[in-house]
Parts: sequence; C-alpha cells; structure tokens
Amino acid sequence: MLQVIAFYALATVAVLSAFLVVAARNPVHSVMWLITAFFSSAGLFVLLGAEFLAMLLVVVYVGAVAVLFLFVVMMLDVDFTSLKQGFLSYLPLGGLIALILAGELILVGNAWNAADIAARSEVTATPADMNNVQALGHLIYDEYVYFFQAAGMVLLVAMVGAIVLTLRHRPNVKRQKAHIQVGRDRKTAVELQDIKSGEGIG
Amino acid sequence: MWTYWLNPENPGVGFWIADTLSAILAFMIVLLLSLAFLLLMDRKVWAAVQMRKGPNVVGAFGLLQSFADFLKFVFKEIVVPAGADRVLFLLAPLITFILAFIGWAVVPVAPGWVIADLNVGILYLLAISSLGVYGIIIGGWASNSKYPFMGSLRSAAQMVSYEVSIGFVIVTVLLFAGSMNLSDIVTMQAGGFWNWNLLAGHSLPWPMFLVMIPMAGVFFISALAETNRPPFDLPEAESELVAGYQVEYSSTPYLLFMIGEYLNIVLMCAMTTILFFGGWLPPIEIAPFTWIPPVFWFAIKVVFFFFMFAMVKALVPRYRYDQLMRLGWKIFLPTSLGAVVLVGAYIAYGAN
Repeated sequence: MLQVIAFYALATVAVLSAFLVVAARNPVHSVMWLITAFFSSAGLFVLLGAEFLAMLLVVVYVGAVAVLFLFVVMMLDVDFTSLKQGFLSYLPLGGLIALILAGELILVGNAWNAADIAARSEVTATPADMNNVQALGHLIYDEYVYFFQAAGMVLLVAMVGAIVLTLRHRPNVKRQKAHIQVGRDRKTAVELQDIKSGEGIG
Repeated sequence: MWTYWLNPENPGVGFWIADTLSAILAFMIVLLLSLAFLLLMDRKVWAAVQMRKGPNVVGAFGLLQSFADFLKFVFKEIVVPAGADRVLFLLAPLITFILAFIGWAVVPVAPGWVIADLNVGILYLLAISSLGVYGIIIGGWASNSKYPFMGSLRSAAQMVSYEVSIGFVIVTVLLFAGSMNLSDIVTMQAGGFWNWNLLAGHSLPWPMFLVMIPMAGVFFISALAETNRPPFDLPEAESELVAGYQVEYSSTPYLLFMIGEYLNIVLMCAMTTILFFGGWLPPIEIAPFTWIPPVFWFAIKVVFFFFMFAMVKALVPRYRYDQLMRLGWKIFLPTSLGAVVLVGAYIAYGAN
C-alpha cells in the first residue's frame, strides 16, 4: 500500500518536473526542475530495490552533471525570450519523438510481461543469492568486462579529444612551479655583487 | 524498510514510525545542542591561538554565546535584495540546512544507534555531500549580485573537484571492509587501534599502513575543501569577495547557512572517525577503556577532529585558487587513484 503511494507520488513528481524542465521560462529554473526529476527517478530506483543505482544516479547526475549544467547556464547571458520565439513550431516534431519513445517503452514492457518465467529470471535485477551491488559488479566486471573496457576507452578518447581541441601552447606565460619554489635555497635565490665604494650602482 | 513491514512478527507501522521519529528527534536535538558548544569551542580555539580570550561574556566562560547569537539572528529582519530570485534565494539556505541533517541518518554513533542502517550507507553519504554544493551555488546565483555569484562559481568547481578524491579514498576503505554499510566498516576495525583502517593492522605482514596513513591525510584535507573551511574557504574569501556567496544573506537564512556549514564539518569529522579511526571502538579493548560507553568514544574522536579543523583554520594561510585546483587534480587525484590500485592489488593477491 505504502509502496504504491510512494510510487505514484514519485512518478507524478518526476513527470511534472520533466514537463517543467521544458516549460520553465528561466533556464536556471529548468535545471532545478531537471534535478528534481533526477531525484524522483532515484526514488523510483529505490522502490525497485536497486538502491545502488539510485545512489549512483544521485552522485553522478545530480552531484556532478547537473552542477556543470547549472554552471554553464548561470554564466550564459542570452535573451531567452527571443530564443523561445517559435518554440511552438517544434511541438509536432517533439511530440512525434515523445510518442515514438513512449511506444517503444510500452513495447518493451509488454514483451517483458509476455516472456516466460525462465527467460525473465535470467535478467532480473537481483539474483536471489546476492545483493544488487554484487549482482551489478558480477554483470559489469565478469560477464561484460570487455564491453565495459571498450566503453571506458571511448570515454577516454572523448576526454583526450576535448583536451587536444582546447589546448593551446602559449609562449611567455609565467607558470608557478611549486617544486622549484619549495626547493629553492640560498645558493639559487641570493646573488652577492661586489660594488666599489663611492661609485653607486648606476 | 519494506522487509520490516513484510515480517509478521513486527509490532506494526505505527510503532515503526514512532520509533524512527523519536530517533530522528533525538539526533536533531543532540546535534544542535552539541553544535552550539562546538561553535564556541571553534571560536575559543581560534582565540587561544591568537592569544585572545574569545567570547567570555554571555554565561560562565561565554558558554551561552552561541545561544545569544542564535537569538540575535532569529529576531533580525530577513532582507531579500531587489532583483533577487525570491524563491531560490530563500530555498538555498534551506537546502544547505536540510542536507546537513539528512546526512546524519546513516551515521552509526554506537552499536545499533543509527536511524537507518543502509546497506549503501557510504554511497548515501557521498550522494548527500555532493548535493551540498547546490545550497551554495543557488544562493550565490539567486542573490543577483557579483561577489556572491563569483563565490558560488568558485565553490561549485572546488567541491566537484575534491569530491573525486574523497570518492577514491572512500573506495580504498570500502575495499578493506568489503561492505558499504557504515556499521560493518566500524565493526571490521575491532580489536585495537592497530586494526583501525588508519594503520590497517589486519593486513600485516603487508604494510598497508603505508597507503592508508596518506589516504587519511588526503581525506582530511579534502574534507576541509569540501566543507569550504580555511585554508580552502575561497567561496567566501573575505579579502577578495567580501563574504562570497553569503554577502546578501542576513538573519535566519544566514543562520541556516551557518548551521548547515558547521553540521557538515561535524559530519566530515564523523566520517573521518568512522572510516579511519574505528568509529565507536576504544583504542585498546581492555578494562579501563571498555568501561567508557561506545558513544563517548565516538564523540571524543569527533571532537578531536573538530579541534583539528579549528587548528587548521587558525594556523594555515588561505590557498590561492589555482593552487587549490592544482592540489586537487594534480596531486590528490593521482595519489588516491594509485592507492585504490595498491589496495585492490592487496585485496586480490595479498589477502588470504
């Protein structure tokens, strides 16, 4: 009973805030609604018994990705009223994409329900003899380790690519080298000059 | 939680709610009261280092100073600057305040003394502490003012950076414990102070303390940065940004920010205690030490780390921003990543 109430409350909040992400006038408010949507989906994961995924969702998406979104959006100085002009003209296309996604989800759900018990038990979230962290670790690091490594390589390439694209070597920039500063001693720091008395230094 | 209700032997939903609510209330009252005196201790320590007396007028030895400050803030007018985003402006301190409290839900202060003994307790703490940045970043943006905005930008970058190394340090402890439950992590360090994760005595003859002592250091310093404490208090550096993200805040919202910030500091002290210093366990498990109840051992350790936080604030000059980033990304991140590899290798090949 309580589980059902919790599900409907979280699901309603998730859908409403997802709608408000699009509908909100202020982009910062949009990001805040996005965070609410992430959060309620994390709650839904907890209800499904996938508490590890829920925590990951909060740590990765809410804790890091949305912060970067907020970071970028806050720094933008764009006239959003002009950007929102012609907003409605995208409604048919957006609606079509949403319909396709919804149809696919319904299809998957029905296929899942129609599948026989033996096939379904292979892909349940948590096998009976382990908790869901172990189950996830078993899947990622034992069964699909090569795919996991490949995904990691893709991310690494993307990261290196981003750095290569933005890296410029600029000459004549003073950089701090902490180890040189710390390792400095009297020999390298002080130079004694003999100056003849009465002649000044000029 | 759901398994509890499915078990027919349990006395029912009403009892569960009453039980949890009373635990939450007890935690809140104890935390707020101890926070009042910890704040005073912070100021006294800072004063002692600078050879001042510190607050000494309100109550004996200034013991009631925090309560006087509290009343002063509560009775002032809440000023919302013109052009500020009203809702977010008032939401931000609430976020900081509430997040600081709900982090404590999984902290075990003694065997069984915990509101929610989650299996993923440590991930929960990591998640909550990564949310802490929102209070600051929203507060700075909603103020519609330059200094708060810069402060919040700094804090966003800083907290995200140091979260990474905190995460890796936590992974080293997780590998030792083999569990993400905080109570398990503490009980696994039982036997004496040499078994604490700091010295990792159970891994002998493998000298894992060579890895874990630096990791405890990295964790402590990252905790300073994560809670915006000096020497990493750049989001509120008063010589550069007046008071950073707090400039426009007054009265109760400011008070909520303050309480949230200090509660986060105490939470970080508690995390250091649990992860590296055996939580509620006494240093040596023989007679005079075991007479002291576990909760006092926990409190003693937390107060000790709070003292360390206060001493760092008093002694260390503020970092420059690029130095802060250099420390986080170029030193702590590779070091903690290396430590994860070493501990992982020990768990895979060294441990029997």
